[in-house]
Amino acid sequence: MKNASRRSAAVYALPALAGLALLPFLDFRANRIVSGEGVMLWAPEGGSLLGAATLATLILGTVLIGAQLGRFVAALAALALLLWLAGQGAATLSAEAPEFARISLGGGFWIAAAFAALAAADAVARLSLGALVRIVALALPALGFGLALRGGLFDDLSILREYAANRDVFDAALGGHMRLVLGSLIPALLIGLPLGWLCFSSRRARTVVLPVLNLLQTTPSIAMFGLLMVPLGALSRAVPALRDWGVGGIGAAPAIVALALYALLPIVANTYAGLVGVPETMRDAGRGMGMSRARLLARVELPLAAPVILTGIRIVVVQNIGLAAVAALIGGGGFGTLVFRGMGQAAMDLVLLGTLPIVALAILASLMFDAIIETTRRGGAR
Amino acid sequence: MSRGALALLVALALFAALVLWPGLMTPLLRLVAEPGQALLYDRQPIRVLVAWHLALVGAAGVVASVVGMTLGVLVTRPRGAEFMTLARMASNLGQTFPPIAVLAVAVPLLGFGFEPTFLALCAYGLLPVFENTVAGLRGVPAPVREAARGMGLACSARLWRVELPLAAPVILTGLRLSTVVNIGTATIGSTVGAVGLGEVIIAGLQSGNTAFVLQGALLVALMAICADLALRGLERRMSRAG
Repeated sequence: MKNASRRSAAVYALPALAGLALLPFLDFRANRIVSGEGVMLWAPEGGSLLGAATLATLILGTVLIGAQLGRFVAALAALALLLWLAGQGAATLSAEAPEFARISLGGGFWIAAAFAALAAADAVARLSLGALVRIVALALPALGFGLALRGGLFDDLSILREYAANRDVFDAALGGHMRLVLGSLIPALLIGLPLGWLCFSSRRARTVVLPVLNLLQTTPSIAMFGLLMVPLGALSRAVPALRDWGVGGIGAAPAIVALALYALLPIVANTYAGLVGVPETMRDAGRGMGMSRARLLARVELPLAAPVILTGIRIVVVQNIGLAAVAALIGGGGFGTLVFRGMGQAAMDLVLLGTLPIVALAILASLMFDAIIETTRRGGAR
Repeated sequence: MSRGALALLVALALFAALVLWPGLMTPLLRLVAEPGQALLYDRQPIRVLVAWHLALVGAAGVVASVVGMTLGVLVTRPRGAEFMTLARMASNLGQTFPPIAVLAVAVPLLGFGFEPTFLALCAYGLLPVFENTVAGLRGVPAPVREAARGMGLACSARLWRVELPLAAPVILTGLRLSTVVNIGTATIGSTVGAVGLGEVIIAGLQSGNTAFVLQGALLVALMAICADLALRGLERRMSRAG
């Protein structure tokens, strides 16, 4: 058993070590656009021999330590050291470099960081903690990372140079992205939940609604944005007052409508599935207690269906956080603005500045929903 | 003829007609165009764009299904069990990456054009195939597996003649999801220079020509719907055969 668990820890440690050994840790470029030269981890201005040795020891530690908690701590420590070495290395490199030089994170860093994070997540999963403890166990390192970011540890890395140069665009993108995701979620819930109930109570509604929603889901996002530009543009021309509300062929309006349409299928399908899954005996018991149809729905059916419905909402939120990136193509704002601008300027770090927050938001949302779903499951079992 | 087959036939006929005679769309496009704007995209024949789009999605689909299914089979074997958590976590994480990010990250590695889009499509299309291969193989009932072993079938024979055929409908669902997502991602691929139908939409967005946008959007949506209906039909046939 112990050997098996050790072997599975090696699955994370070996790629991390191989990545660091074969690929550059940092990438040094004379300016923003040109291709760079790699700096390996053990180079004096990379992480130095001492840093490299410590890091290798910590990564090997995730394999050699038997206890999952120790493994988790070792993986986190490796991740922290990776980040610290990268920040320090960038500071050293930029101190003796010309003003326009850029230092980016190299392939070795990304591979090692990804596998260290996976190893930490794997250890947490094996500890089988409660949802809240798990969130705290992940929130503390995140807090530490946030403080280091604030404290300027990474300021010499190119990605933060991009942030400094595009701070107002970034802030607007964050607000815009949240507005797209939440702005589409709320109408989708208001329409989707009753529609799911309708599918549950009427067979005919089901045979019409579900295929139509399937069709919507099949339509590629950029095509959906394009198709919605036409009616919304016409609407804003016909009713100019709507234009003051921001309704138009381009901008956030078609994006929000498109995201809400994509959100409908998982919400409706899961509401339907959740309601179907309520045991008939429970319904009978409620009816026997003299509950009205509405009361039965509110007090018995919805609470029992809640975990399945929430799973649908989780799918929707994660999916729309990703899809909202495409909205920038039609001027809908959000982090896609940074991604597309970065691609236009061939500036990889600007692309990353747009991508990393999207991925972070998606991971954050799935963790939160997992915790909520677990809580409702436990509540339902009581 | 079943309702699904009828829907597929209608969608395919409509798609083929609009690809072969783009002019059929002009009355519709005239409704949205500004006076004096071109109605039909004419920088490249639509047929060529459709062929490239299909080639891109098809080639990536083949790679994604071969790699995804192989990985799915490997982690469900006893010897590969240790990789299961890693593979599941990596696959979950992969799905939080928006397609546009995968494309954007591939560009500096491979340059603009066909290659980054192809790589992004392979990577992104792999996830649903892998997930569904694992789910399908795990869903094979234990008594069936026992019976196959009792009949004295070797490991590989059990896999090829019992487990994979039983898991086929679920795997096919993964392939369908992967194909539909990839038709959309290939469209976005036009922002990094891949030749395909996305070009029409992007050109329309860049020049403020709503007619181009509508033409491209309709064609892409129809293509995705055709692929979805066709693979759904295949799934139904397979699960009936099983």
